[in-house]
Amino acid sequence: MPTSAFLTDASVCIGCKACEVACKEWNHIPDDGFEWSGQSYDNTHALGASTWRHVLFLEEKQPMGPQLAGIEEPFRWQFLSDVCKHCENAGCLEACPTGAIVRTELESVFVQHDICNGCGYCVVSCPFGVVDKSHEVGTAFKCTFCYDRQRDGLMPACAKACPTQSIRFGELEELRREAHERVEKLQDRGYNDAQIYDPTGSSVGGTHAIFVILGQPEAYNFPPAPEVPTIHLKSAWGAALVSALVVVLVVCLAFAL
Amino acid sequence: MAANPKISEDRLDALREEAARTGNVQDHGIVPVGGPFPKPASAMSYHGNPVLKPPTWTWQVPLYFFIGGVAGISALIALVAHLFGNAGMLRTGLWIGFAGALISAPLLIADLGRPARFLNMLRVFKLRSAMSVGAWTLAGFSSAVGLAVVCHELILAGYGNDFLLVLVWAAEIFAALSGLILASYTSVLLGVTAIPVWSENRKLVPVVFLTGALGSAAAVLELLGFLVPVTQFIGIVAGAVEIVIAIMIELRGRYVDRPLREGTVGWLTRAGAALAGPASLLLRLFSGHSSVARYVAAVCFVIGALISRYAWIAAGRVSSRDPQALFRIQRPAPNGIGPARH
Repeated sequence: MPTSAFLTDASVCIGCKACEVACKEWNHIPDDGFEWSGQSYDNTHALGASTWRHVLFLEEKQPMGPQLAGIEEPFRWQFLSDVCKHCENAGCLEACPTGAIVRTELESVFVQHDICNGCGYCVVSCPFGVVDKSHEVGTAFKCTFCYDRQRDGLMPACAKACPTQSIRFGELEELRREAHERVEKLQDRGYNDAQIYDPTGSSVGGTHAIFVILGQPEAYNFPPAPEVPTIHLKSAWGAALVSALVVVLVVCLAFAL
Repeated sequence: MAANPKISEDRLDALREEAARTGNVQDHGIVPVGGPFPKPASAMSYHGNPVLKPPTWTWQVPLYFFIGGVAGISALIALVAHLFGNAGMLRTGLWIGFAGALISAPLLIADLGRPARFLNMLRVFKLRSAMSVGAWTLAGFSSAVGLAVVCHELILAGYGNDFLLVLVWAAEIFAALSGLILASYTSVLLGVTAIPVWSENRKLVPVVFLTGALGSAAAVLELLGFLVPVTQFIGIVAGAVEIVIAIMIELRGRYVDRPLREGTVGWLTRAGAALAGPASLLLRLFSGHSSVARYVAAVCFVIGALISRYAWIAAGRVSSRDPQALFRIQRPAPNGIGPARH
């Protein structure tokens, strides 16, 4: 089976939130409360236990590509649909003590919530802040990559619902190529800050959700150089071992002196 | 912003009136502070929102960190006491370890989102997951220290035989070793996360937690009547290390450590350090011969170490809310101040 992936393109997203709605409809996710955030048209804040697709609304005081050159108060309104990155080296999967979080045959990262006991360790281990524990259900939730739909040969609900093809679903390498072509085209048209967000060089070892963004990753709350926390296992256990040896020494000295 | 006379209900009324009268508003409107209106996103992060999720752990977890640490180190002290022929401290140390193990499991289970599924922790064993290592360590430690207590009491009651004597040694050694892991894995658990203040202190937290556990185990022994040089020595060492740790956190002045120095959690950290560090150490050094002072020093250290556990978890919560703490680690600041890498 080819490696499936998402390519989400900020340059064609219109902020309609059809992906959020389709995701909630298909996966039967409850609402996130009905509150005004004051953050543009985004009242969902972030991905979480009940938000598996999240549309960001960025209001920035800079021109949109070449369009607004010469205008005194430059302004651009950008949108991007964020989603679980389905990392190659997934922090949540590594941290899970029950084996509830698994890698599926589609290479996605999946939480089996009939096994999850809600210890919450995946929540602090995700370098992207995606997975969260539901206070109502008590277990961890995140994007399933529409495992059920994919098994039946359907594309994920969000990609299906996207009216502008901002969310593309397909084979990872194919989408990577398309993303590079798209960024080149955007830059040719004067969108100089168009870039791909695809952290392949870091310890997360690449993701199954890549993005075309305008501007810096930080503006989208994407970590610029995400790391899977387990790369620190050796140094943390090393420090613990040295400290433990000192403790043994101190206790022995206390009795010997 | 509040000082701006333009921002008021009166100004809004004036604009409405102007719009109604002329059909056009010439001047700029008002931007109410904090109102439910579109606000520009900061280029430095998405509306200043957190990138990471805060820890979901409840109050039971820091308490478990503390009690598990005391239990683990008590088992170690019991073993060393046995080696040095100190029967009293052997027995009490084992009982403290056993009592701690009995309290620890319910605390951990109560924190779970689905407590009935706690045994799922023992479905798999993953060295890469400190949580998995911890669950197995607690299970192993509880069994070993329980066995050691039973064997030891049987021997004291006169049922001793060669088999029991071997078994009690084996159980004590296993309890001491797993106790050391029990007292230290919790620090690795924090260090190996995405939370900046924990991750960037992954080499310091083991020192903090083991010092707290060592000093508290000795303090609990003191409170149970062991006002002996052994506990005094351990108390002085632990108190001194606490002071060094606190000074280090203050002097390093790293951005990522701000939750440990600033705000409520910063003061909580300092309060814990002051009690476990200077307060207990000065009492020990200058009134070491007074048993009252020893008791007070022990209480100071125990409370200080307990506060410190809560402060470290709370610092993680604060740190998870600050997107800049994360970005600064991953990308050098434009002003040339490098990332907090070691």
